[in-house]
Amino acid sequence: MLTKRIIPCLDVRDGRVVKGVRFQGLRDAGSPVELAAAYEAQGADELVFLDISATTEGRDTHRNTVAAIRSAIGVPMTTGGGIRTAADAERLLEAGADKVSVNTAAVERPELIAEIAGRFGSQCAVLAIDAAGCPGRTDAWEVVVRSGKERTGRSAVEWAIEAERRGAGEILLTSWDRDGTRSGYDCALLEALCKAVHIPVIASGGASSPEHMVEAFQAGADAVLAASIFHDGEWTVGGIKDVLAKAGVEVRR
Amino acid sequence: METTVAIVRTGVANTASIIACFARLGVEAAVCDDAVRIAQAPAVVLPGVGTFGAAMAAIKEAQLDQVLEERIIRGAPLMAICAGYQVLFESSEESPRCAGLGVFQGLVRRFPSGVRVPQFGWNRLTTGQTPGVLTGGYAYFANSYAVTGDAVPSARFGEVLRPESLQTATATHGVPFIGAISCGSFLGCQFHPELSGPWGQRLLSRWLSSAGCTAGESSTC
Repeated sequence: MLTKRIIPCLDVRDGRVVKGVRFQGLRDAGSPVELAAAYEAQGADELVFLDISATTEGRDTHRNTVAAIRSAIGVPMTTGGGIRTAADAERLLEAGADKVSVNTAAVERPELIAEIAGRFGSQCAVLAIDAAGCPGRTDAWEVVVRSGKERTGRSAVEWAIEAERRGAGEILLTSWDRDGTRSGYDCALLEALCKAVHIPVIASGGASSPEHMVEAFQAGADAVLAASIFHDGEWTVGGIKDVLAKAGVEVRR
Repeated sequence: METTVAIVRTGVANTASIIACFARLGVEAAVCDDAVRIAQAPAVVLPGVGTFGAAMAAIKEAQLDQVLEERIIRGAPLMAICAGYQVLFESSEESPRCAGLGVFQGLVRRFPSGVRVPQFGWNRLTTGQTPGVLTGGYAYFANSYAVTGDAVPSARFGEVLRPESLQTATATHGVPFIGAISCGSFLGCQFHPELSGPWGQRLLSRWLSSAGCTAGESSTC
């Protein structure tokens, strides 16, 4: 049986891992290569590395960091940040990424998903969705872009369905309301979205305990992503897997 | 310097991950599409990310179909990964009008509805009684199609891939499917050994040993 995946996330700016609340107030959390190797040794099933460099020089740094992480680790790596074309994706896949994730660029130009999936296969094409609750409603979420600065009015669930149709192989779903709050994943959002698509869904945003991860799996997630609880040394991946296994979640150990 | 492992260029595959894994084992691997070099390389990897049809088109364009078949018939070391493994079968639901290499009989089918497709992640692999390079453990898969049933070599490969010496490993995703097949220095993996952590790296190491290649020697094997 396929096990549930635990995925540490590295948000990297100018070559250093950073972490903030709702992408604000970023603080240094270490070297991406060292953290990647440490998380693999702890039992990480996969890694996500998002480059959030604001500068154009950031592109080469991004590629070089992918290559350096790839030399160090033997588990899958997804990377995202600044990918606007299939050629951008190709540079990162060639450098050693196994999948690429697109976010804002795909909202602006949804054909990008099909371009990446058509050229490299759906198994390389991850769509990252940042979703925020619609004011006054508990059953509707909208897509936000540009690191949450802009609300699109587009339904997150509808967007996921469209992305699957366009060839996305996986959804990385971040709850904008929960990200960095340590209050747990948005399970209502997860449940609604997981029911709507057939491709795997990675839950992101809000985790501060293994119990939150159990809840996410119960809501239908195939994998859970977290950053600060690992960077802060609060939990190791292995420690989390011990708790998950006791709760009846099948994990690789 | 001559490389030990030639990785067949099948278009866009995650060759960087494969090269990095061999590098960690002290063995040099390089991507290659030259038929003569692929025929003569000490060990060959047939990777594949993308579709069955795209992988077969790349193999045919470089006129490698015969070279690969001859390697198997000669018992020359070959490892096929994911879509590179699937093209060893006769055909696939993924690319209906495209014939595979037909080393093994049968059709590659899409996973049934009711499970997440693609299958992304670590699945438990169970090996049968026949000894070989495969062991049980968690392997990393990224596939939407798989082969169910037994691994049956086509008649023309029966001398080399003898049914009694074939080691198969199975996993389940909605249905039981073949996770890998090994026989001597032939290894076909539906999963990605290069992404399967320390377990996968040990498998690559055993395959290199079965191929007579020792880690640390980059020029000969």
